[in-house]
Amino acid sequence: MRNLPRFNYFKPESFEEAIETLQEHEGRIRPFAGGTDLFTSMKEKGLICANVLDLKGIKDYDFIREANGNIEIGALASIRSMEVSALIGKKIPFLSEAAGRLGSVQVRNRATIGGNLCNASPSAEMAPSLMCLEASVEIVEEKGIRVIPLENFFVGPGETALRGVGLMRKIIIPLLPQNSAGTYFKHSPRRAMDLAVVSVGCVLHFDRDKKKCMDSRIVLGAVAPTPLRAKKSEAVLNGREITKKEIAKAGETASREAVPITDVRGSAEYRTAMVKVFVKKSIREALKMIRS
Amino acid sequence: MKHPIKFTVNGTPYELSVELNELLVDVLRNKLDLTGTKKGCGTGECGVCTVIMDGKSVNSCLILAMEVEGREILTIEGLGERDQLHPIQEAFVNQGAIQCGFCTPGMVLSAKTLLDENPLPTEEEIKLAIAGNICRCTGYRKIVEAIQEASRNLRTKHQKGGDVTAQVDPKAKGR
Repeated sequence: MRNLPRFNYFKPESFEEAIETLQEHEGRIRPFAGGTDLFTSMKEKGLICANVLDLKGIKDYDFIREANGNIEIGALASIRSMEVSALIGKKIPFLSEAAGRLGSVQVRNRATIGGNLCNASPSAEMAPSLMCLEASVEIVEEKGIRVIPLENFFVGPGETALRGVGLMRKIIIPLLPQNSAGTYFKHSPRRAMDLAVVSVGCVLHFDRDKKKCMDSRIVLGAVAPTPLRAKKSEAVLNGREITKKEIAKAGETASREAVPITDVRGSAEYRTAMVKVFVKKSIREALKMIRS
Repeated sequence: MKHPIKFTVNGTPYELSVELNELLVDVLRNKLDLTGTKKGCGTGECGVCTVIMDGKSVNSCLILAMEVEGREILTIEGLGERDQLHPIQEAFVNQGAIQCGFCTPGMVLSAKTLLDENPLPTEEEIKLAIAGNICRCTGYRKIVEAIQEASRNLRTKHQKGGDVTAQVDPKAKGR
């Protein structure tokens, strides 16, 4: 029942060694850490790959720490470790809630943040909240290291700025300033295991008097080829006091920015409708948190 | 092409020769005759293949044999003895939480990792902890009640200073 195809297996001990191996076998090799995406692809989608690269030989990149006003997370940190992290729970609670929505405990114990982002599913669980937090990612390539905004990392479904030859090493998340709050909602048939039908990440930044929304981020998952920043919806909120009118307009606008497809998880029409519902809900919840 | 690996299962060290594409679930079942760990979906959705590795519950159908080098694994066979069940197993029996029994090994191990981390879980926490274990028979109600009973009994045992049943408990390497 569901065997894996044959492959060669590499286990480098550093990112440098890993990059070299990726180069050497370019086009015929897949990196993995938790294996929860790679092996399910092989079993369910018939993915065949001559070589696999186990990244777990690279030590000390599973950290979750505070540094320079940011939270830094090593790409090899498990989703479970993010879910239960006291630091994230205290400083960015909605991020640990987002982590808790991925799969099940068993999956989260293996799945890594690097893997979830680099697999680049349109419904990547961790993408909306991290994009709302304006996270950036550190990439290791043959020519060196670079840092890019996560927003620019996703190129298409399953395609990233890594282009098959790079590796993500670290995620850098600015701490939420005062008078800001974030939420993550995942709409799915069950409360666990399912992929999102629609997901929404939302962060609102208010002024000192908590009257006007100075800036916002609204990111939609599962309704576009990549996680999608709903910029027009954000523009409805920015610089304004937020009343029922703005909330309704933001929801309506976001539902028009989304470009969902119809698939087994839902029709395009249903997803469009749910974008509106969940964007409105996200804004209301974030407002509640700021005003309390 | 076979490769040597060394790892521990239920306290016993093993040295085996494995294929690169061999899965942990198959090593446990076919090479070690530990058939308590079941095969279901093969894609990490149903949880019947759940084992505890270095203190964490995982789906063994998605783990290569190559990845368990140096690791400590607990399967259902490592929990309790035939004549003295682990309190979680006892609770499952008492509450009628076992019908066909196929999901039970995975459920019990998921319950164990929950109660090891959170001895006093709420009903909601129990449901989330077993969200990765599907049961076709019971409708989950009795399973939740069994875990609640186990949580009470384990705490009572600890309070009485009692020894909690002979079991192999791989040390949890942090979270």
